[in-house]
Amino acid sequence: MLGLNKRDFSLLLIVAILALCAPFLLNPFPADSAMAQFNAGYPDLMQRFVIFGIFAIGFNILFGLTGYLSFGHAAFLGVGSYSAVWMFKLLSMNVIPAILLSVVVAGLFSLLIGFISLRRSGIYFSILTLAFAQMSFNLAYSVLTPITNGETGLQLTLDDPRILGVSRTEDGSIPVTNFFGLEMRDTYEMIVGPWSFQFNNGYYLCAVLMLLSFYIAIRIFRSPFGMMLRAIKSNNTRMTYTGLNARPYALAAFVISGMYAGLAGGLLASMDPLAGAERMQWTASGEVVLMTILGGAGTLIGPVLGAGFIKYFENIFSKINDSVLHSWFSFMPDGLENLLVTLVHPFVGKGWHLTLGLLFMLVVIFLPGGLVEGGQRIARLFRRKKPDDAKKSTQSTPAE
Amino acid sequence: MDAIILQILNGLDKGSAYALIALGLTLIFGTLGVVNFAHGALFMIGAFCAVTLQRIFNISYETIDESRTDFLGNPMTVKTPYIEHWFGPEMGGAIIDWSVPLAILFSIPIMISIGFIMERGLIKHFYKRPHADQILVTFGLAIVLQEIIKYFYGANPIPTGAPEVFRGSFDFGVMLGFDPNAIIYPYWRLVYFAFAAVIIGGVFAFLQFTTFGMVVRAGMADRETVQLLGINIDKRFTIMFGIAAAVAGLAGVMYAPINSPNYHMGMDFLVLSFVVVVVGGMGSLPGAVLAGFLLGVLESFASMNEIKSILPGIDQIIIYLVAIIILLTRPRGLMGRKGVMED
Amino acid sequence: MGILEVKNVNKRFGGLQALGDVNLSVAENTVHAIIGPNGAGKSTLLNCLIGKLIPDTGSVMFQGQSVLGRKPYEINQMGISRVFQTPEIFGDLTVLENMMIPIFAKRDGVFRMHALESSHNENEIIDQAEAMLEDLNLQDQRHMHSASMSRGNKRRLEIGMCLAQTPKLLLLDEPTAGMARADTNNTIDLLKQIKDERDITIAIIEHDMHVVFSLAERITVLAQGSPLVEDTPENIKGHPKVREAYLGETAA
Repeated sequence: MLGLNKRDFSLLLIVAILALCAPFLLNPFPADSAMAQFNAGYPDLMQRFVIFGIFAIGFNILFGLTGYLSFGHAAFLGVGSYSAVWMFKLLSMNVIPAILLSVVVAGLFSLLIGFISLRRSGIYFSILTLAFAQMSFNLAYSVLTPITNGETGLQLTLDDPRILGVSRTEDGSIPVTNFFGLEMRDTYEMIVGPWSFQFNNGYYLCAVLMLLSFYIAIRIFRSPFGMMLRAIKSNNTRMTYTGLNARPYALAAFVISGMYAGLAGGLLASMDPLAGAERMQWTASGEVVLMTILGGAGTLIGPVLGAGFIKYFENIFSKINDSVLHSWFSFMPDGLENLLVTLVHPFVGKGWHLTLGLLFMLVVIFLPGGLVEGGQRIARLFRRKKPDDAKKSTQSTPAE
Repeated sequence: MDAIILQILNGLDKGSAYALIALGLTLIFGTLGVVNFAHGALFMIGAFCAVTLQRIFNISYETIDESRTDFLGNPMTVKTPYIEHWFGPEMGGAIIDWSVPLAILFSIPIMISIGFIMERGLIKHFYKRPHADQILVTFGLAIVLQEIIKYFYGANPIPTGAPEVFRGSFDFGVMLGFDPNAIIYPYWRLVYFAFAAVIIGGVFAFLQFTTFGMVVRAGMADRETVQLLGINIDKRFTIMFGIAAAVAGLAGVMYAPINSPNYHMGMDFLVLSFVVVVVGGMGSLPGAVLAGFLLGVLESFASMNEIKSILPGIDQIIIYLVAIIILLTRPRGLMGRKGVMED
Repeated sequence: MGILEVKNVNKRFGGLQALGDVNLSVAENTVHAIIGPNGAGKSTLLNCLIGKLIPDTGSVMFQGQSVLGRKPYEINQMGISRVFQTPEIFGDLTVLENMMIPIFAKRDGVFRMHALESSHNENEIIDQAEAMLEDLNLQDQRHMHSASMSRGNKRRLEIGMCLAQTPKLLLLDEPTAGMARADTNNTIDLLKQIKDERDITIAIIEHDMHVVFSLAERITVLAQGSPLVEDTPENIKGHPKVREAYLGETAA
């Protein structure tokens, strides 16, 4: 189906169902209940799930397949955001030209940076990409202020030209981003008993694009091109002595992943039309590395899982404060309750990054294949209990 | 002429910090073959050692002074640091005033133990894993360390003063025969530069003139041969990791008065220090030091108004630009050995 | 005129003369062995042939074309394949995929972007790869990760990957180094079979005299960076100079 084998197609189908039903799945708790804080089904967060999913899927095409660890991918995301906002300022508030421009600009930018950076490999490559990204970040903050609006960030104003649109709406405010008239921020709220589910136009646009990106990624993974990329990671020497030039392959992967990042950046701006330089900082590049590794680099579904996992817990953990903790542990004796709250406190709320750092270290140390490998290990554990399947599990299967 | 000297001097303090961090990075890379993204965090922890010692010295008890009143007319509460109580106001005051230099002594054992724990507990397991894994795990560690510091010390920079005598500036230009006020230079920066020179000299002397250092240098050049001689290189390399951590820590301690320590200063310096290491040549100690000072000075020249008016924004990117050019034209860096990580 | 002509090649590393005036001619469709004691410059010579090193002076011609200054992958595309001392294969890929890559390279050249087709639909390539695995007796392991194969099988796979490109010249760098006797004999048999069945020239660098004398038709002895003698195996065996320089030393 769609040029995929059965297994890949069912994977795509599962992801599609999850993405389309996300407003239900992410809001399992009634809106007024104490557990409502674990709901993630509101538009802003769901958008971030899929947008960063796209970013991580793209990063994985580079890092997961070729093994080139880029520490500068946020630069492409930032460039994508700036391009999209400029499109909103100059042309129209329709998101399609904005997204197209952001993908193209990010693609060209990554072609330039990739062409130079890929002349080196290993840690030198990482440092080159890092240097380029930091340069872009510093320039966006300083000299490029006419384009980036420096520290304030690029925003829409009432006197933007918007050739194919209006500078200001009839009531005198800035027009909103839309998809041929369908406003991105529009949300339909469905109330079922105590539950409330939110269906947001912007989210569904992002989700559809994420599915498309995911589908293309599967095709790339299963193509001869993808095989060559894995060959680069596996043994560059043999690659060369098989008469293949690794550099154009790696560059193609770099540009593709740059375009994915540009798409993610364009979508971020389409959902909320502003762009700031901090999106390009190297810690932002580090974040996508974390997502990919945490989920499972080199696997298809890993980056999506990683992005969702990090964005979900970032959101949830940041909301847990001391009073929430006290209410959780209130069933215990006072002394124990206070002790537990004190122990857990550093890891939640503002301490979310501490948890993330620890989690990341644990994954790199014990579970280099990320959450996907963890899932496989657990599955194998269950399978081993049935003697018939024991033989099958010893046979190594190609990675998802 | 005086403008040039001023820029060179301005570049020296930052250059010293780059050189010290890059020196440690290179020691670790050269000995253990590990790319340590957590090295900047060690620098940051060093700076917080200074903050901590200053806080410890300032732990006070409260007394009520009946002879003075506050603006409400109540007797005033006076805080007296225990140090002043034990050593007398003069001696105690001096100790508090000198807390940053004293933090050097305080930080050395702390930094060496952190280095040992890091190496034995974590890095050891990553010798045989790819560089990408080393980068990733130390990157995770750097996040953890900086978040811990943030948890205890907050997110805001903490001003940490230099001793009274070194505060303020002096007219360096007059000493060199220029007009007064041509070159005004803060004392502490000069102290920092001298300190960095001593540390760098110390590390080099240690490697050059002690048996221990000789073995380490031999191990850096050819690890297997040295091991075949029956010398336990790993233990010495662990000690070198401790020393590298201490060097980074000391660089941080003394940097505290120049830039108020905050939890992300390590990351800020780390990226630049890596660039310095690459420019100097992966695994070359003199290269790291040379490149550190060179880039520090270059950065300060690039921030001159005359230069900025010709090439706007150059001060922001000069270091990266140099690194990119060096990497593309001479991948082994200024002083790197041929064939080391040249790929 | 041989398929490979090396003329007056010199290579210095600092003060060390690694190769001094090496002249070598490998005739088409023969097995030519290059032997010599450690440090004789065998590996340096090999690296000059495949573009990893560039000699200071001299020329290396393959089928009348110079290989000097070309990138390793270009030299490979000219028809020279190389087998390494430790098998260089794609350890993370399955055995079948390993075999498919050189066939792709043969069909598509140094780079071709077919990113959206499925490699499972490349029936022609898969068929060729399976046939080659059949030849090598590796078809049972085709879905295994190649890193988990035995050393001998890795070597077979690597040789097969080189053959899949139908090279004119196959260079082997100590193909049996570190192998058990049984694996060594298997490799010898495989190489003999290749020699008999295919139109191919083989140049082999080897330490193991058993391997050399079972395969080679011509032998060049290198000593201290220069060729000492070149002759048939029978004559080399009895050559006094060779005994002195080489056989006496390693007592093979």
